[in-house]
Amino acid sequence: MFKWLHPYAKSENLYRLSGKFLFWFGWLGFVGAIIGTVWGLGFTPADYQQGDSFRIIYLHVPTAMLSMSGYLGMAIAAFIGTVWQQRHADMTVIAIAPVGAVYTFLALFTGAVWGKPTWGTYWVWDARLTSELILLFLYLGVIALYYAYEDRRSGARAAAILAMVGVINVPIIHYSVVWWNSLHQGATITVFEKPKMDTSMLWPLLINIVSFGLILGAFTLMRLRNDLLMKEGHRPWVKQVLEGKH
Amino acid sequence: MLEARRLSLARQSRQLFSDVSFSLEPGHALLLQGRNGAGKTSMLRILAGLARPDEGNVCWHGKVISQSPDYLESLLYLGHHAAVNTELSPTENLRYLCALHNDDSASIDDILSAVGLAGYEDIPAGQLSAGQQRRIALSRLWLSSAPLWILDEPLTALDVRAVAGLERRFKQHLEDGGMLIVTTHQPAILPEHATQRLELSGLDLEAET
Amino acid sequence: MSPLLETMRRETLLVMRKKSDVLNPLVFYLLVISLFPLGVGPAPETLARIAPGVIWVAILLSVMLSLERLFRDDYRDGSLEQMLLSPHAGAGLVLAKVLSHWLMICVPMLVLSPLAALLMGVSLKALVAMMLSLLAATPALSMIGAVGAALTVGVGRSGVLLSLLILPLFIPVLIFATAAIDAAAMSLPYFGQLALLAAFSVAAITLAPFAVIAALRIGVQ
Repeated sequence: MFKWLHPYAKSENLYRLSGKFLFWFGWLGFVGAIIGTVWGLGFTPADYQQGDSFRIIYLHVPTAMLSMSGYLGMAIAAFIGTVWQQRHADMTVIAIAPVGAVYTFLALFTGAVWGKPTWGTYWVWDARLTSELILLFLYLGVIALYYAYEDRRSGARAAAILAMVGVINVPIIHYSVVWWNSLHQGATITVFEKPKMDTSMLWPLLINIVSFGLILGAFTLMRLRNDLLMKEGHRPWVKQVLEGKH
Repeated sequence: MLEARRLSLARQSRQLFSDVSFSLEPGHALLLQGRNGAGKTSMLRILAGLARPDEGNVCWHGKVISQSPDYLESLLYLGHHAAVNTELSPTENLRYLCALHNDDSASIDDILSAVGLAGYEDIPAGQLSAGQQRRIALSRLWLSSAPLWILDEPLTALDVRAVAGLERRFKQHLEDGGMLIVTTHQPAILPEHATQRLELSGLDLEAET
Repeated sequence: MSPLLETMRRETLLVMRKKSDVLNPLVFYLLVISLFPLGVGPAPETLARIAPGVIWVAILLSVMLSLERLFRDDYRDGSLEQMLLSPHAGAGLVLAKVLSHWLMICVPMLVLSPLAALLMGVSLKALVAMMLSLLAATPALSMIGAVGAALTVGVGRSGVLLSLLILPLFIPVLIFATAAIDAAAMSLPYFGQLALLAAFSVAAITLAPFAVIAALRIGVQ
């Protein structure tokens, strides 16, 4: 199994292959995000309840969704790294982590900005915001653990194990927070459960979700490529790359 | 028989060793040599299965050690740290280590007096000298029946008498068909005729290209 | 003697030689609890309102503090390598070690809980719920915490890092345990919460040892 990975297990091949992906991910994501955001902010009709403030959904929902997917992706990479002992999978874990943390932070930030006109305060202990906050802590734990190790490779292995332990706990934490929230607050008004979105509102959102996903992938690949160059600094292929001989 | 196949290890973009292969037959000793930082300890830890090489593998009777169920039974590894808890007495320390490694703990007292720790059996190891703590750890060489010994600088902090005792024990172990892998700065304690030498040069960046 | 029993014997001996390892978390537990009346005022109704949360946060923090030493000394003196090189290396040895930790840290906390309840003005019904929640949930805390302790064993000053790693994972336990005490205080049934806590513990005992071993192998490298 995972035989197809082995040709790319060589760092040099992985570096070159990820370079090609990076090009497409980066440009498609960049262009898509501009289209989706401009469309969403400028050309969709205003919400009849919330007016223009709902438009932050075009940033909030993609970042929130992808912060979760990022963690899942990180755990999958960690699983591959642990079971099939793929060193590059461990490196991917640590390439995703800070990007995912930034997405989580953006989701919290846009959520807070959205909260001000909707709830009248920047922060409420809403179930989803609370889960997102805990997710941020989980990301920070992975990052902190990686940098705590002197040996980067051991750090990446440890971070991978933590990511797997975390991903088992994410649904448990999420549902316990939802339950806790219903226990303490009764029915809160959640702006996140849209009854039905008009298609004209939905398209830019979908475009943005995909584009933000591509951007997450692009940043991950950039970090992975950097890491490859740093780790294999003593190998001849790195010298060739750095001297511009592709 | 222990076999190392094309082992390579890099640390922080410095190649410690690459493509190291050797095999060790029963009754033979392997002396690892090299200057400080050449990767001797790393090599021993790879051979013991505590660390993983970048490339290559280690085989015990033809099977990769991570998949060889009896490898841990056959191995006695004494690392850089003595595995002696300073709060526990020599006897308590050895009881625990014997239980971990399926060794017979009945003769602990005899062996402690044989290595010169008679009268210290019940004193917390932290109150003993560095050499005495080493002796506690080395007592396992008499308690264990493992055929393969991997020892990292076993002579550290030992006095002349203890070194002589160890020399006799090594000789006996090899005569019984045991195997021994050791790093030491006093290679004279190994019997010349049964000893292979492996020099780790600590390759530098240029050497690899 | 079997290696598991011998491990537990050794851990017990170590605690008897170095009592501060056990006593410090217990003193910390009571100290944190006694800070709250000083912070929010001694009005009994306020205290009774916040008691479950305060007590459980204090428990989480003191369990976490006590975990730092779980593998630290063994790592420093090389015993951890010997444990991993044992033919018995595996879930069993880890469980024996964590069980000793639980017996010597969490059980004394259980014993001290009536005192904590007294300080916070908790009713007898709520106290019973608190003891039961402690009994059901602390195995999960010890097990999950052991994963964190194993992950940070090769790292220098690990205290703050350890808290960052494991406190988020303790959140479900905190939620359900305090809910059980709250429910008991209002004379509502709380069996469901206890069952969930026990389920956490069972899941942690089954899964966590493997993560602990994998983490320790990285730590000694």
